[in-house]
Amino acid sequence: MQTYKWPYKNELDVTETRECDVLVLGGGLAGCYAAIAAARRGQSVILVEKGATARSGSAGTGFDHWESACTNPCSTVTPKEIAEAYVDEQSGYSNGIAHYIECREGYDRLLDLESFGGKIRDTDDEFKGAEFRDDETKLMFAYDYKNKFTLRVWGSTFKPALYKELLRLGVTVLDRTEATALLTAVVDGKKRGVGACAMNVRTGKFLILRAKATVLTMSRPARVWLFNPDLVGLCEFRPTQSIGSGHAMGFKAGIEFTMMEKSVKGEFSAAGRSFPPYGAGNNHNTWYAATMVDARGVEIPYVDRDGSELKTVSERYYPAPGQKFFLKGGVIDNPKYEYRGPETLDFEELMRRGYQLPFYADLSRMPDAERRVIWGMMVGEEGKTKIPILQNYTERGFDPTKHMLQSYGTGWQSANFLAQERQLFGAPGGIWHDWDLKTNIDGIYAAGDQLFASDCASFACATGYYSGRKAAAYAGTVALTAYDPAEAETERERLLAPIRREDGMDWRELNMAISKAMQNYCGGVKCDALLLEGLDLLESFEREIVPQICCKNPHELMRAHEVFDILTVSKLILHACLARKTSSVPLCFERTDSTETDPERDRRFITVRQENGRVVYDSHPLGYFGDLETEYEKRNQDYIRNEQKGAYRK
Amino acid sequence: MSELKNKELFAEPVPCSARPLLFDDEKCIGCNACANICQVDILIPAPEKGRHPIVLYPGECYYCGACVMACPRDGAIRLQHPLMNRAKFVPVRKGEHHEA
Repeated sequence: MQTYKWPYKNELDVTETRECDVLVLGGGLAGCYAAIAAARRGQSVILVEKGATARSGSAGTGFDHWESACTNPCSTVTPKEIAEAYVDEQSGYSNGIAHYIECREGYDRLLDLESFGGKIRDTDDEFKGAEFRDDETKLMFAYDYKNKFTLRVWGSTFKPALYKELLRLGVTVLDRTEATALLTAVVDGKKRGVGACAMNVRTGKFLILRAKATVLTMSRPARVWLFNPDLVGLCEFRPTQSIGSGHAMGFKAGIEFTMMEKSVKGEFSAAGRSFPPYGAGNNHNTWYAATMVDARGVEIPYVDRDGSELKTVSERYYPAPGQKFFLKGGVIDNPKYEYRGPETLDFEELMRRGYQLPFYADLSRMPDAERRVIWGMMVGEEGKTKIPILQNYTERGFDPTKHMLQSYGTGWQSANFLAQERQLFGAPGGIWHDWDLKTNIDGIYAAGDQLFASDCASFACATGYYSGRKAAAYAGTVALTAYDPAEAETERERLLAPIRREDGMDWRELNMAISKAMQNYCGGVKCDALLLEGLDLLESFEREIVPQICCKNPHELMRAHEVFDILTVSKLILHACLARKTSSVPLCFERTDSTETDPERDRRFITVRQENGRVVYDSHPLGYFGDLETEYEKRNQDYIRNEQKGAYRK
Repeated sequence: MSELKNKELFAEPVPCSARPLLFDDEKCIGCNACANICQVDILIPAPEKGRHPIVLYPGECYYCGACVMACPRDGAIRLQHPLMNRAKFVPVRKGEHHEA
């Protein structure tokens, strides 16, 4: 094997200190919008991104659905209606504040994107006259064609446009820089965020970033239960490096988390066990509402929520008789009757009726516009589809008018997982926050996937922008606060330790051991004895194994830091599981040492945080955010007066 | 500190069971646009100018295709899924079906 000289500078002995008003940690959609909001308010902003902002994050290469655009001119629903439906759909274990912000402001962010150069309308008239298109505004809709609150968008144009806008606004973008720790100080007896530590992942330069306000916009945790050292990048749905460092540094700094006990059986990826996202035959999300057929080519019926068979393709996009609207998309898996939309018959029922596996998506049977919008626009604009699916499959000869694409597993999932193969998916836990998206620590805000019960792209953009303007307002009221140099030095030593070692264990071995431990001790069923054993094992890894991890260059050093963060997050999850003493259906949480499921006393948000090295639990009522519209309007009159009318838009 | 400053940093490709990225030497101009955009940072520039970057960490590839999207020379870089991940498609079959 050839050995190369490291192509980047060695700056392992360099420390650089920078100052700003608002510091944004994470350059995905939420982070870009947080930075834009703060910069529009005249604040000096630094944005820290581990990859390259122009194409980084879960939506780096695209996304296709803009959900909950309740204020677009064609919508027939209100923000209050949809946000409350989301909360009700999740039996109260939902983020009412963030969802309301998404429903109320999401469409404004889409108009922003258009002004930055992103494509949000069918300006080329490719779909003129289609049922899902409004020919006046050229906006295109998905799922519910009657109520028109989910938009089909050209998301592959968005990240480069946002990046350009950040530079235009004078935001300092630090690409190839991993944020590693929050810096805090105690002022008048109260903890306050005063910045963060970071490291350049190519040169090893250590950064101390001082700020008046900090916004956490990194990913949700991943690679906790699912890991394969061979194909690391295929272990999870989201990007390889998005493993929850923001959660880890937050937990270490004393930030409060909720719903971290919620995890679901694997749905996607798991080291290549499934197929490329949106690359197998199915009729969900990007592929809704594709025509499905069985092995014989017999069409699989769609039914409405009452079980009535739908006769046409068009009917798949309308609510049932007597239903105002239906919910579909990101976090909506198996919705309650009230919100349930058209769906193909149950797998069990299909088996009873003699349908035969494998099933296929057969777009050739759909009207031309519906076929072209699924294969060519949605497959093409969603996440990782433009090159990996649309281009590659076309090169392999796939023609949607002539071929049908196979489904895997039973029904539409692209693989079957075991109960212990878990993920943080379907509105998982995250940071607890108030109506300003502020954490329990002054000066530290959060948005996007770091919030509890987070959702998709519009959620990220809307909460990102909102957090950025609240952080900017706070930054205007405080001076730069001193940090503790000893705290920064300890962090620097922690970060550099693996590269000082000449020999030791590879980061993959530790990640593998953590995920096996989580499958064994925090799998499909939980009980105190198991969870405590798991915690004991993870603590032994921290004491005995972390000091053995060794690496050769700054890239591998970054991977080692990530696994240390996965270890911290795994402990956070175990603590959260220990705190919930009864089983819960909405939280996909099953205990063998309790006979109770969702008793009234436990129908609460349980929170977990660390204080002086001790884990502290608390709980809050499910509806803590109050009436969504009233509470929002109390706090956002400035936005309603100015920005809703596009004050900053070009 | 000097021990770190003087430490020789090196990179050895970490092989995996798949080959996510393939370069066409005839077409690649060695501009490193792919290496600069990759959010997982799995590529490093080649030691010789004008040559295609080196896929140092193929196992970390996230298969997003940003590298291909950034490439100024059509066909110079190609993304391919691991063999086990290539979904099957077949010619459409005529069964009963509802007219759209």
